[in-house]
Amino acid sequence: MAHDFEPTIIGFTCNWCSYRAADMAGLSRMKYPPNIRLIRLMCSGRLDPTFVLKAFAEGADGVFISGCHPGDCHYIEQNYKTIRRYHLLRRTLTQMGIEPERLRLVWASAAEGAHFVEEATKMVEAVRALGPLNWMQDGRPRTNDKGLSASVARSGPSSAQEVTA
Amino acid sequence: MTDKPKFAMYWAASCGGCEIAVLNIHEKILDVDANFDVVFWPVAMDAKYKDVEAMPDGYITMTLFNGGIRNDENEHIAKLLRRKSKILVAFGSCANEGCIPGLANLSKPQEIFDTAYATVSTDNPNGIRPQPKWSAPEGELHIPKFYPVLRTLDQVVPVDYHMPGCPPESHQIAAVVDLVVKALHGEATLPPAGAVIGAGDSTVCDECPRTRNVKTIKQFTRIQDFKPDPKLCLLEQGIVCNGPATRSGCGALCPQVGAQCIGCYGPAEGVVDYGARLMTAVASVIDSTDPKEIDKILNGIPDPAGQFYRFNLAKSLLRASKAAIQG
Repeated sequence: MAHDFEPTIIGFTCNWCSYRAADMAGLSRMKYPPNIRLIRLMCSGRLDPTFVLKAFAEGADGVFISGCHPGDCHYIEQNYKTIRRYHLLRRTLTQMGIEPERLRLVWASAAEGAHFVEEATKMVEAVRALGPLNWMQDGRPRTNDKGLSASVARSGPSSAQEVTA
Repeated sequence: MTDKPKFAMYWAASCGGCEIAVLNIHEKILDVDANFDVVFWPVAMDAKYKDVEAMPDGYITMTLFNGGIRNDENEHIAKLLRRKSKILVAFGSCANEGCIPGLANLSKPQEIFDTAYATVSTDNPNGIRPQPKWSAPEGELHIPKFYPVLRTLDQVVPVDYHMPGCPPESHQIAAVVDLVVKALHGEATLPPAGAVIGAGDSTVCDECPRTRNVKTIKQFTRIQDFKPDPKLCLLEQGIVCNGPATRSGCGALCPQVGAQCIGCYGPAEGVVDYGARLMTAVASVIDSTDPKEIDKILNGIPDPAGQFYRFNLAKSLLRASKAAIQG
């Protein structure tokens, strides 16, 4: 059963470091699980916790946040805000019954394609081990894995375009 | 019965404070009486559900509906009143965003019943629990079916207007009564459907007279633990104040008397998820770049879900905890 489960993970990358790390991984022909759908933000500090909650509420099994290493932020110190929000959000999510492993924060510089691949793979395997999140819709829990994926696919195209643009 | 416009007010899962707030509009209540026939208002007058069922659709001009949808009776009456009302107003925090009853969405129904019927403060020696069905000599009796999670009114039926507040402030209710009365006489137009009425379109901070500077927080604290400066922003002093995400309209009553805003007027204009907006605001003022220290500072907020979703859980993006939705 667990082997059949392909988690849907929404990944947020920053324009200056982690998106370029993913780019580097691609250019270097490194492979990582296709379960992570990347959305590029200008900065990890742009990551409103709303994005994470919306991803979970609409069927994501995990959310991957990545940005420049602390001290290396293109906008000087915005990724410190990311750290603070991430820690607070994880506490809230735990109270809501969402395992903290479903939210991961990873730093990756533009040169760290291999590191990005390694962390993305770890994330996918960790969420695969946890199983589907199956968040509810319209006040009722959703039980169908296909329904979950379909929902993400529906809201997917615009973000996919953004990533490849 | 005269041919005046018809008025109804109903309570679902709520405390009754909204009804008190309506009566608390002082002499304006006479305007309600002068301009409306009250056809259904369980708190104030005797009426039966079958009386409402017998009304033609759209018979009631305006219904103020307060309370969340916790059981099938609440849902039945919400749908009934939607059908019978021209204007349905989600009145007060419970109907709009779940409010305190919505916090039960953190717990399984079983845990809720355990707390209500089996804790030390409950005198229930025989362990009696409510039964949905009961056979009595007179026939089978039913009580409303309890739902796994509480829903807001607009998660169950379409709502025309939202009036926030726990409860809505009396001057705001009076202003809305004035507006509706004027509209009935053709002297004013009602706002577009779906609008928030009886509230401002900014945040509580905007109405708060306290002085605000750049915020850098090393420690979160609570008002019982120290004496806050009466003129300075409470969040700046380490008290988690919900003002930055909360809709204006109350006049910042709580911060003016030294208590932090707890967020009863719900999300400010444009806020998708109330708790997320607050988490963004509160986390970003923490004065540390070290993850360990940040974590330690965050220990000063022992119940983040309760803090950031005190009134808004049922209307949040997640709506309930995993335990609650899985029963």
